Amino acid sequence: MTDQTSIETARSAPAALPEPFEKWFAERGWTPRPHQLDLLASAKAGRSVLLIAPTGAGKTLAGFLPSLTELAARAKRRPGEAYRGVHTLYISPLKALAVDIERNLAKPVAEMGLPVAIETRTGDTPPHKRQRQKLAPPDILLTTPEQLALLLASSDARRFFADLRYVVLDELHSLVTSKRGHLLALGLARLRRYVPGLQAVGLSATVAEPDELRRWLVGQNPHDAGIASPPSVLPDSQHATAPMADIITVAGGAKPHITILDSVERVPWAGHSARYAIPDVYEAIRRHRTTLLFVNTRSQAEMLFQELWRVNEDGLPIALHHGSLDVAQRRRVEKAMETNSLRAIVATSTLDLGIDWGDVDLVVHVGAPKGASRLAQRIGRSNHRMDEPSRAILVPANRFEVLECRAALEANYLGAQDTPPLVDGALDVLAQHVLGAACAEPFDADDLFEEVRSAAPYASLDRDTFGRIVDFVATGGYALRSYERYARIKKTKEGKWRVAHPRVAQQYRLNVGTIVEAPYLTLRYARAGRGTPLRGGPVLGKIEEGFLESIAPGDTFLFAGKVLRLEGIRETEAFVSNATGQDARVPVYAGGKFPLSTYLASQVRAMLADPARWQALPEQVADWLRVQRDKSVLPSRDSLLVETFPRGSRFYMVAYPFEGRLAHQTAGMLLTRRLERAGAHPLGFVATDYSLGIWALGDLGALFKAGKPSLDALFDEDMLGDDLDAWLADSYLLKRTFRNCAIIAGLIERRHPGKEKTGRQMTVSADLIYDVLRTHEPDHILLRATRADAATGLLDVRRLGEMLSRIRGRIMHRDLEQISPLAVPIMLEIGKERVNGDAGEMLLSEAADLVEEAMGEA
Amino acid sequence: MTALAVIRDAGSRAGFTLAGERVVCDERGVLFFPDASLLAVSDLHLEKGSSFARRGALLPPYDTAATLVRLQAVIADYEPRRVVSLGDSFHDGGGAERLPEVFRLQVEAMAAGRDWFWVAGNHDPEAPAGLPGESVRALQVGALSFRHEPSAGALDGEVAGHLHPCARIVRRGRSVRRRCFASDGHRIVMPAFGSYTGSLNVLDRAYAALFRWERFFAYMLGRDRVFAIARPMLRPG
Repeated sequence: MTDQTSIETARSAPAALPEPFEKWFAERGWTPRPHQLDLLASAKAGRSVLLIAPTGAGKTLAGFLPSLTELAARAKRRPGEAYRGVHTLYISPLKALAVDIERNLAKPVAEMGLPVAIETRTGDTPPHKRQRQKLAPPDILLTTPEQLALLLASSDARRFFADLRYVVLDELHSLVTSKRGHLLALGLARLRRYVPGLQAVGLSATVAEPDELRRWLVGQNPHDAGIASPPSVLPDSQHATAPMADIITVAGGAKPHITILDSVERVPWAGHSARYAIPDVYEAIRRHRTTLLFVNTRSQAEMLFQELWRVNEDGLPIALHHGSLDVAQRRRVEKAMETNSLRAIVATSTLDLGIDWGDVDLVVHVGAPKGASRLAQRIGRSNHRMDEPSRAILVPANRFEVLECRAALEANYLGAQDTPPLVDGALDVLAQHVLGAACAEPFDADDLFEEVRSAAPYASLDRDTFGRIVDFVATGGYALRSYERYARIKKTKEGKWRVAHPRVAQQYRLNVGTIVEAPYLTLRYARAGRGTPLRGGPVLGKIEEGFLESIAPGDTFLFAGKVLRLEGIRETEAFVSNATGQDARVPVYAGGKFPLSTYLASQVRAMLADPARWQALPEQVADWLRVQRDKSVLPSRDSLLVETFPRGSRFYMVAYPFEGRLAHQTAGMLLTRRLERAGAHPLGFVATDYSLGIWALGDLGALFKAGKPSLDALFDEDMLGDDLDAWLADSYLLKRTFRNCAIIAGLIERRHPGKEKTGRQMTVSADLIYDVLRTHEPDHILLRATRADAATGLLDVRRLGEMLSRIRGRIMHRDLEQISPLAVPIMLEIGKERVNGDAGEMLLSEAADLVEEAMGEA
Repeated sequence: MTALAVIRDAGSRAGFTLAGERVVCDERGVLFFPDASLLAVSDLHLEKGSSFARRGALLPPYDTAATLVRLQAVIADYEPRRVVSLGDSFHDGGGAERLPEVFRLQVEAMAAGRDWFWVAGNHDPEAPAGLPGESVRALQVGALSFRHEPSAGALDGEVAGHLHPCARIVRRGRSVRRRCFASDGHRIVMPAFGSYTGSLNVLDRAYAALFRWERFFAYMLGRDRVFAIARPMLRPG
């Protein structure tokens, strides 16, 4: 066993475990692991701690040891005794994880006979239980960031949290990278204000920059009683001097045993289904006790599940688990996993995090994992004992994925980390928090600003921006100050901001949280019967409105492992019937949720450039690369290969930046604008994680050779200036981002079940608001938040910028007579993928074609 | 662009007859009847932003400005002798009173020198306070009758609003939804003109009894023209 612990702090005396704990360990023939004792020691010294450990290291128990030992020593509350607030708050990103921890924690607590009440509070907790929890809080409350925000925004928050000692933050590495993390950081800052001595315990998988997480756990910008920070401190060193939590790192665990599926079947050029590998995957399931199969999207999960059952001659219990399924169905699967009565589960990221169910001895990852850290995390699901090696099989769905899997596999062996960098706290989240603060009790703007700046993501927030956010919360923050009389929060005589009307607090509660789902419809069976055919039967789950918009009644699709026929849509419900035995129209692949990580991308490029490494690849893939080398060229690690060739009546250009779909999409959008200006008449483009294809009426190869424009000019970094701004303004991506920001910031309300019945014409769509706001007040704070979001998220502008600067002067152009082997995969995507992300003009011309058809029929 | 050019350019603008009257469907969402020199516009929903603000949703307060700017543009193009606002001109009964002075002046300027009719709508049943023009429950001009809510049953020559029609098509797996005029050649339901107005698909039950569906077209609003789409191509939602 390689259980090396390192702890970076003034080492406290080793903590001794209280009697019931010693006994409990001893009875099982166990000894507490060093990191568990170290964590206890740090906590006893009054410090906050970050514990970085692989799965199976006893992370959860370690995280709760400080709480449990304290609670064990605390006398039980007798009836009639004073109110006792919650002692420990545990926050996890997933409801399911909170439920799972409750179960795992309840066992040792019961076995030690500790007088500790543990309860969960999630969106699923019934109102009467929530009410009771407020009156008689449990000792340990397991909850989610959204529920914490709700608790903090209630008027009795101060009392509820008065006795709080610890906050345990699970899966911290995953929480901190999202807006949920921003909301949680603000919540934590608020808790620290209520309880200055509060200690935080962060539990995390290995990350690239642990210091970021250490800062995250403790208050930043400590208020040193009016003393200005010394001017000699350079801005760069600000981080070095920022307060940090202790860190305890548990290295290693046994090295996972990962292989890439070696199939005799032909690996496809393109696509994401991995259908070719189904017989091999099924064989692997048969040979193992319990197999967990991970995919990247819901539609992949449905497809894989369906295909497995098609070949499931032994009738093995194989289940499906993804976020759109009905809760009851998900719970049944979770229950079955727990009792080890399943042989395989097909899952998306809902099971991604540290859920510890059943006796999984094999993880199969279908499709490329997109990031080395994500792969490590998912593989951690198998064999939850740190000292036994995990077993995993990677199943690439196409040839580029073979390269990617290979690169990921080598990265996992090397322990490489590619967790994304943390970004500054989002302003829409801040707006939500400010309103929540006013709901709890009146606040002083300067005090709240200090509090907000103590949260790591907002440590560099400036006072002016904060002021604009408060203004936004109050009256919308418009230059045209016409809403003073409708303000949601108002200043009292004492200068404190308070909620103007109880209705405002109610609105806040209905709209809390940072997860904005695409509009969903409830999917249910149509009940058979005469008369109106659309009567509702059992509910199957939720499905994206956007998906249903692209299919018509009578079309079939996969959901919940069944082939369903759409019967019709009424209001917010979609009615379906079983279409067993029919072939489902395969759902449109909406693209992977995660773009290829920068680290893996550079590994893939390195592998392409180094023929010696091709030996590790399946022969057919190595052969593919060899033919490419003969017919065209393979790009070196830091260069960009651009191929041009004619095909049919068009001219194509394919570039291979390997920077992920988002960055390619943005590049495609900007490059086509430039080609348009250069008179090359581009017709469209397509982007994958690996390459980017553009087709045009003009001979692109000839134009590039004539320098009209040159490739260096085409790929010049200045495309990120005016071109980007001009394109962005009209982009549907920005509208979608705006909608999310507007909902999180509380400008427009979430859609709630039952409220949509008033019909579309009664609500104001975010698109309309966006158009009006952009025309009349382009520098509004919410548009600023939107642009920041789009640049980091949807557009991956940062990565595109890095790529453009990396390839400057290093573009290799090959003008070919025909398509190259490397270009085949993206050419196969043409027609399958959205041709153009900017809907407007093109959809119009589509509609124009339609008129002729329609008029012809009429 | 002059009014004359617009009418001559009827190749791009769907021009047809409604109960024998020539009518131009403008892609900006208004109808122009050249013989009566009458411009019809529906569901302006002015002051919708401030109406929402009163209930705590602080939408950008620029919707009235945006709507009036577009209205000014079409009036300048057609220079009609008569303008009919087909009801729901204001989002709520207090809208006209809340209308800031600057917009009131704009409306006055637009109405100067022409007949202006405010048809009563369900959102604004009372006459708009302090604005020029005549308030009517409905208006008859030759064979045409203008009212806010379409009356029950298929009717010849009725021009109405209220329903905010839109239509949707799906082509090659992709969906296009646009505001539209809904007409079977006998009557027409106009799209909403206001900046913050949403829309209701013409396949909704609310439209079922209004049209002779075998002759129905949705005239979907494009950027430069109106697209006439026949019933079989339309999708709900």
